[in-house]
Amino acid sequence: MAYTEEELKKELETKEYEYGFYTDIDSDTFPIGLNEDIVRAISKRKEEPEWMTDWRLDAYRSWIEMKEPDWHNVKYKKPDFQAISYYSAPSKKDKYESLDEVDPELLDTFKKLGISLDEQKVLAGVAVDIVVDSVSVATTFRDTLAKKGIIFCSISEAIKEHPDLVRKYIGSVIPVKDNFYAALNSAVFSDGSFCYIPKGVRCPMELSTYFRINQAGTGQFERTLVIADESSYVSYLEGCTAPSRDENQLHAAVVELVAMDEAEIKYSTVQNWYPGNKEGKGGVFNFVTKRGICHNSAKISWTQVETGSAVTWKYPSCILKGDNSIGEFYSIAVTNNFQQADTGTKMIHLGKNTRSTIISKGISAGRSQNSYRGLVQVHPNATNARNFSQCDSLLMGDQCGAHTFPYIEVKNNSAQIEHEATTSKIGEDQIFYCNQRGIDTEKAIALIVNGFSKEVLNKLPMEFAVEAQKLLEISLEGSVG
Amino acid sequence: MAFEEQLDLSSTVHEIRTNSLKQFEALGFPTKKDEAWKYTSLAKLLKNDYSIFPKKETTTELKDVKKYFLYDIDTYKVVFIDGIYSPFLSDTTHDGIDVCLLSAALTKDKYKGTIETYFNTIAKKDDSLTALNTAFTKEGAYIYIPKSVVAEKPIQILHFSTSEQGPMLLQPRNLIVAEENAQVQIFERHQSLVPHQVLTNAVTEIFAAENAIVDYYKVQNDLDEASLIDNTYVAQKGKSHVSVHTFSFGGQLIRNNLNFYQKGEYIDSTMKGITIIGDRQHVDHYTLVDHAQPNCESHQDYKGIYADKSVGVFNGKIYVNQIAQKTNAFQKNNNILLDNTATINTKPQLEIFADDVKCSHGCTIGQLDEDALFYLRSRGIPKREAKGLLTYAFANNVLESVKIPALKLRINKLIADKLGVSIGHDL
Repeated sequence: MAYTEEELKKELETKEYEYGFYTDIDSDTFPIGLNEDIVRAISKRKEEPEWMTDWRLDAYRSWIEMKEPDWHNVKYKKPDFQAISYYSAPSKKDKYESLDEVDPELLDTFKKLGISLDEQKVLAGVAVDIVVDSVSVATTFRDTLAKKGIIFCSISEAIKEHPDLVRKYIGSVIPVKDNFYAALNSAVFSDGSFCYIPKGVRCPMELSTYFRINQAGTGQFERTLVIADESSYVSYLEGCTAPSRDENQLHAAVVELVAMDEAEIKYSTVQNWYPGNKEGKGGVFNFVTKRGICHNSAKISWTQVETGSAVTWKYPSCILKGDNSIGEFYSIAVTNNFQQADTGTKMIHLGKNTRSTIISKGISAGRSQNSYRGLVQVHPNATNARNFSQCDSLLMGDQCGAHTFPYIEVKNNSAQIEHEATTSKIGEDQIFYCNQRGIDTEKAIALIVNGFSKEVLNKLPMEFAVEAQKLLEISLEGSVG
Repeated sequence: MAFEEQLDLSSTVHEIRTNSLKQFEALGFPTKKDEAWKYTSLAKLLKNDYSIFPKKETTTELKDVKKYFLYDIDTYKVVFIDGIYSPFLSDTTHDGIDVCLLSAALTKDKYKGTIETYFNTIAKKDDSLTALNTAFTKEGAYIYIPKSVVAEKPIQILHFSTSEQGPMLLQPRNLIVAEENAQVQIFERHQSLVPHQVLTNAVTEIFAAENAIVDYYKVQNDLDEASLIDNTYVAQKGKSHVSVHTFSFGGQLIRNNLNFYQKGEYIDSTMKGITIIGDRQHVDHYTLVDHAQPNCESHQDYKGIYADKSVGVFNGKIYVNQIAQKTNAFQKNNNILLDNTATINTKPQLEIFADDVKCSHGCTIGQLDEDALFYLRSRGIPKREAKGLLTYAFANNVLESVKIPALKLRINKLIADKLGVSIGHDL
């Protein structure tokens, strides 16, 4: 039987979230609400030094003065920040020496997600720092990395063991007062990853973290800090899936990258939080602040595949401070049903001969709204700055929307800026061409969408490219193979 | 309202005026905090204490202003000096078409129907500057082209300002209606005759019925002291073609708000512009195309050349309604910064709710091609002229769609002068 676009649409709408399960682990959850005592309690629970507690309190005090931003092109019921529990950790807080000691139920969760720790250890050579509800429960490959002088641990450990590094760099790229969600995160972040690559070291494996939101009604506040010292290289992967929940969950992460002279950081994300059901009920609010700073001849490359979350608000940015530095942003954002995404990047050219590339692909289906919002700013001293931006949108069905809001501000005459954006649907002639050659409509659409996103998918590390394809399949089941 | 005391109180627009004034009082002037005014600040202009009542006497002679007209072709003319109609310089008509004054149209019964149908119907109610203009609507051009009539001569609308009494605020208001199958070409210019602080807040409403063709040309080459906020609203019905060309070469601050509303199928809307400025000048193009019906097209092509501490802004928004399938919307914005002190801010936006559309925007900021420059120099053309020639070529293709040959030549010359290029023949 011929597979029509109508049927495809129907299938898209009825597709349920595959990873919607809930692991029953005893959690140690704080009372709901937020005040200075809660901030102190989080800090105390994590056995943090006094400067950290003060830093958090400072962030909290700025946060209560701030208003939630409303300039973005998404509509949602604002979360009640006093109805959220700000800390939840699996009750067993002992560190495990081997995988055998890990709660079997937890291991089971990861199996369902297709992340087998030992398998990944052996086969993929990926060091995984797994975060379940904010506390790092297993860190692998620490020893291998330690031999090279690489520090890869949870941020709370780093605060205890490498306080000088953390104190120097935390908040240096994203100040506590940067924006509403960054301030909130700074005040209450529960855990996250910390990574330091020493001078001249090329990290031998892809570093990876999986985030999950597990406990009902808890917000997830991750904090990631990656420092690549002079001439070093690191590729960092971040992926997330969250179980099905009816009430909206809040995710407000902060990621800071520091690339010293001639260093390179490649940061890849696959995001597949629960997007809500097909009536638009539930789903995760994803309000993320990500920013990196490039010193001389450094390079930061952001790659993201955004398929989940009810509301996404995310702008991974590069401050090209040093001369000859490079910033890159590759993104695929897929929205379906009632999902809303407002995502893009900022490229701030400050140094001479700085270059940036932006490739953004948006795919909207169902009744979703997908926006690209980007800023390219060339300051007066940024001689010979170069930027290329391309934003393409693909619309599937007539109920969805695609929007682009590029801001381009140039104050230097030697700058070369190109920006282009297109919006279209899958061409009937393209599908016809495929059909003619014996490829059915479903496969044809898959082929076209794959080709559409190829430029970005190619930028993902091998291990992730496979998973990213899987996530595209889930989000646009029936259309992408 | 002191202003209304000078006017006929029975006027049908009395209510519109009162409401607009209330609206303006509620909104106030836009600030940089408004997204639409992010890159353009009126703060400096608003420091002046503007007078809105012009002096009565004018002593302008034709020989003083002749060069600002399209004088070498036969045209209708509607000329205002300091906001007051100048019958001596004008050439109006009621023969077949109406080219006359808005003040006459607002008060005479004969025009009552047209005014009620069209006046202030597409001008944005929630735009504070438009509301301010509406509140003080008094004078401007009124052009009415009846069904199936082609205006045989282009129409010129000229606004001169001569005030020596300190800062002045002019608020002309134009109403242009082209009925079914009608055709008209209009040329508009705002010009100060003496260097003085003048702020013009103009509103033009253009209505094009089925199959109508309207071509509107704006030349903005004012003195350094003059500023202009131009609000143009265009409503188009099925199969009509409307084009607006904006040539911005001078003035302290120019803001062009250009809004197209497509209210039928198979409509073609064209917006083109050339901006060449320097010397701390500021030009802001803010365009909106509202694709509300299927099978329509819009074309935008804006070129900008900026030098010497000037600031250029382009903000183009294409809005495609969910039912506007088969829309083709194209937007292009190319810019050249001639030196390191100039700034360009550009923000092309697409908001698309229909799936079967072709929409694109492209935007570039760059320099002249080094190879082309080298080619010209290797053939003995000095660097300065070579640069001028290339810049001239960059801007020139926008001129191709200008349909009045005399105007094309004039603008060609203006561009050449502006860039210091000799185009080899006298105009």
